[in-house]
Amino acid sequence: MNSRIGLLFLLSICAMQSYGQDLLAELQQEEKKQKEYTIATFKSTRIINGHSVEMKGAGELEFIISHRFGTISSGSYNLFGLDQSYIRIGLEYGITDRLGVGLGRSSFNKIYDAYVKYKLLRQSTGPGSSPFTVTAFGSINIQDFEQTPGTYSTYMDRASYIGQLLIARKFSPKFSAQITPTIIHTNVVDQSRLTNDQAAMGIGARYKLTRSLAINAEYFYRINPIANTPYYNSLGIGLDIETGGHVFQLVLSNTQGMIERTFVTETADDFFDGGIHFGFNITRAFQLKKKTK
Amino acid sequence: MKKFWLSTIVIALMVPASTFAQKYAATKSVVSFYSHATIEDIKAATTTSIGLADLSTNAVAFSITIKDFVFDKNLMQEHFNEKYMESEKYPKATFQGKIEGFDASKKGEQAVKAVGKLTMHGVTKDVELPGTMEAITDTSLSIKTTFTVKLEDYKIKIPQVLWQNIAESIEVKVDFTLVKK
Repeated sequence: MNSRIGLLFLLSICAMQSYGQDLLAELQQEEKKQKEYTIATFKSTRIINGHSVEMKGAGELEFIISHRFGTISSGSYNLFGLDQSYIRIGLEYGITDRLGVGLGRSSFNKIYDAYVKYKLLRQSTGPGSSPFTVTAFGSINIQDFEQTPGTYSTYMDRASYIGQLLIARKFSPKFSAQITPTIIHTNVVDQSRLTNDQAAMGIGARYKLTRSLAINAEYFYRINPIANTPYYNSLGIGLDIETGGHVFQLVLSNTQGMIERTFVTETADDFFDGGIHFGFNITRAFQLKKKTK
Repeated sequence: MKKFWLSTIVIALMVPASTFAQKYAATKSVVSFYSHATIEDIKAATTTSIGLADLSTNAVAFSITIKDFVFDKNLMQEHFNEKYMESEKYPKATFQGKIEGFDASKKGEQAVKAVGKLTMHGVTKDVELPGTMEAITDTSLSIKTTFTVKLEDYKIKIPQVLWQNIAESIEVKVDFTLVKK
């Protein structure tokens, strides 16, 4: 008798399944096999001063203008630093969604810079997924300003090279973090202040407050500064404000440098001793090539 | 005892009915939408949506991956996902319902409607989608529908500064080709 009831029960289940089968549930089963890429780990191509894993999409040109003012503690005579501003004007272009190039000129130390970014890995979910986005960054720059007269004898003495791996993860829609191993080689430096090969480790994070506002923080730790270095590790906090085609980044940091060579190796002020500079990055994106036909 | 065998037979007869189910799965899909506003027209499309139809019950369902919509501008695409559709929280837009007015024996395009539930941005609404359906061959079907989505109904908020850029109602076009499983 028991086995009969068992049979009845089993058949009922089979019947129920074939009739009650929900087409949507079947579709959802299908979808589990799809790979999905994470988007918008950071709002901008910069966290504060340093690059984020974000890049411009194919055919997109970004104009980025940045200012870093004097120290806020310089008082009302200097309008809390606003009298002394350094500027970097830059362009970044997405050749493909994964390959980008950029150019810039900083008034701080009169430096021209050029860089290439390539997205090696994209964070994703689903089969064969990666937990991180990894972007490789390579840059060359030429410093026209001679800080210590007599340092440079040939033009290439002024050059420095930067290599970075940007490794980021979007932990939740609100929180993302990045680590940035960095190596900076400068052809000729004033040995009393700097070393030719500076290794550093950057960490950065963002937390989204609303859909248009986020706070960011960034710190670069120099691994091998010279003994008695006159410089500090760079630290910054910032607020991202996004409107239609612009991202405004308001930042507070202890550096006036806007490229790795200056903010990693030559940050001049102590964040915790009045050495805070206000600054901003403004970006405007232009889509030069349409993605759809 | 008789009752037992009777019920067993009845249920047993129901089981093989599943093999008669006439299920069709989408092999090709284009889902696009269009927003016409004062300052700009916005359009986007995706070809990764999946769908199923069962002609034995007239049930139909489709699921659209929000993140896969491709826009003219990268920035629009990012804003669409990050700010408006919140696609990490609500990755899919889905419809599940029943088709009314389809006769598989007839040739040519037939006007039909699908009555059911449309879900997007975490909000589910009862809707009636007008469309057309066609038995292309014995084993393939075409289902098309064009309908309007009012953003407010699905709690999709547009900031005031962008009111002139984004329409309040969006026209959505769904075009599926399905093949018998």
